[in-house]
Amino acid sequence: MSGTLDVVLRLVAVFAVFLVLPLAIGQTEHKVMAHMQGRLGPMYAGGFHGWAQLVADGVKFAQKEDIVPAGADRRIFQLAPAVALLPYLLVLVAIPVGPGNAVGQFIDAGIFFVLAVMGVGVLGSLMAGWASANKFSLLGGLRTAAQLMAYELPMLLTAASVAMAAGTVSLPGIVDAFHWWWVPWQIVGGLVFFTAGLAELQRPPFDMPVADSEIIFGAYTEYTGLRFALFLLSEYAGIVVLCGLTTVLFLGGWHGPFGADGLGWLWTLLKTLVLAFVVIWLRVTYPRLREDQLQKLAWTVLIPLALAQIALTGVVKVVIS
Amino acid sequence: MTGTAALAAQAHGTHTLAAQTQGFLSTSGVEIAFLLVGLVTLGAALVTVTTRQLVHAALWLVVTLGGLAVEYLLLTAEFIAWVQVLIYVGSVVVLLLFGLMLTKAPIGRSPDADSGNRYPALGVAGAAAVALVWVVADAFRTTWIELDGAPQGTTKVSGEFLFRNWVLPFEALSVLLLAALVGAVVLSRRKNAQAGEKR
Repeated sequence: MSGTLDVVLRLVAVFAVFLVLPLAIGQTEHKVMAHMQGRLGPMYAGGFHGWAQLVADGVKFAQKEDIVPAGADRRIFQLAPAVALLPYLLVLVAIPVGPGNAVGQFIDAGIFFVLAVMGVGVLGSLMAGWASANKFSLLGGLRTAAQLMAYELPMLLTAASVAMAAGTVSLPGIVDAFHWWWVPWQIVGGLVFFTAGLAELQRPPFDMPVADSEIIFGAYTEYTGLRFALFLLSEYAGIVVLCGLTTVLFLGGWHGPFGADGLGWLWTLLKTLVLAFVVIWLRVTYPRLREDQLQKLAWTVLIPLALAQIALTGVVKVVIS
Repeated sequence: MTGTAALAAQAHGTHTLAAQTQGFLSTSGVEIAFLLVGLVTLGAALVTVTTRQLVHAALWLVVTLGGLAVEYLLLTAEFIAWVQVLIYVGSVVVLLLFGLMLTKAPIGRSPDADSGNRYPALGVAGAAAVALVWVVADAFRTTWIELDGAPQGTTKVSGEFLFRNWVLPFEALSVLLLAALVGAVVLSRRKNAQAGEKR
């Protein structure tokens, strides 16, 4: 019986993280973007620095009418937000936060699990783009698909490089095998992984699929109310997952200069949040890449870099063993 | 993918030969789940080939391939299950949807989404299914996987069997894929060169 209780508690904890962290990052984005652009951001809702702005936004979204366009494919249109959001919840289950057994569910082939399930999330955007019966949505869907196909490969290759270095494909196993000198050794792979992940999430500067000046809001143009909010939430959940994964694979997860016992989860959280800050920072800093520049970056820069990283990993691995 | 699963299953069979102690279907929870998921997968596959709505067919294909992944999971072949999702659901279906979107992919029924070959196709599909079921059932008749003990389809086990016993087929497949890749590049470039001459 205690086994069942243990599983339930773990899942509840993962679900709580899934509900809290994306919203926290959303609010951080409001404020960080505002301050980087020399303005205040939302200041009134809730009193102290507008902390309740996201709650107000949520209430607003819930009140809006849920509209399905007349020409749309009803069922797929309504299903798409769930397909976009749920994979990120599943991925969170497999990300280890601390040493020992501090993971939602231990998965033997963890790297493959997280990358596979993250890829499924993009199906939601494709379904939304097609089912909306709208040219802009269809174009957004097309761009999403093209972007996913280009950036999935470098992500997989760099993840494979870390797996080679650690000699295992389980996420806790990789963090267990981590040493500090892995950071310079795998730095190229880490940068490629993080960039490709940003592109897969369609975050700026890789937000061509939702470019508002060209195709309104891409695949999500026709969505209103809660379904639209779910798509936005899936973007923030995606940031949490990407930053968590980069932390676990390339930055040593719970390892830190001190306090490794007991406070390991704090290191994981800290690194994840710093990376999330970088994601927001990049959004404010860089202009949007054009579609051909996007494809060129993936195929002519990231993939060769990822292959070079794999070669380097192999050579170093042979030399030190 | 099925080939790999079969190899893995065969590999496990060699050290868990216990045919006498097993009934044909000793109704354990896993077997019931396996059967139900199998039925769902089969149903989704049938809808995939019979529906008149093109994009729906692609999405039912996702259900079919996902169902297969669950079957691998139930047989403790975790690695193969995740790779199945990664390659087929994450890449092949996305490519398929990309292609469909390029062809406008109308919402609703496409009256011309049918083929005069449907009865020969049914015949071929039926024959292939019968042959596969017969061969696989005959080959693995006395092979049982112990589901209760330690998982036997872990990445470690699959990797060891793939790279110790089956390296040659693996490398041959790699060469085949490389040839297909080079062929695709050549074909696409030749078409571009011709278009350039016309201009």
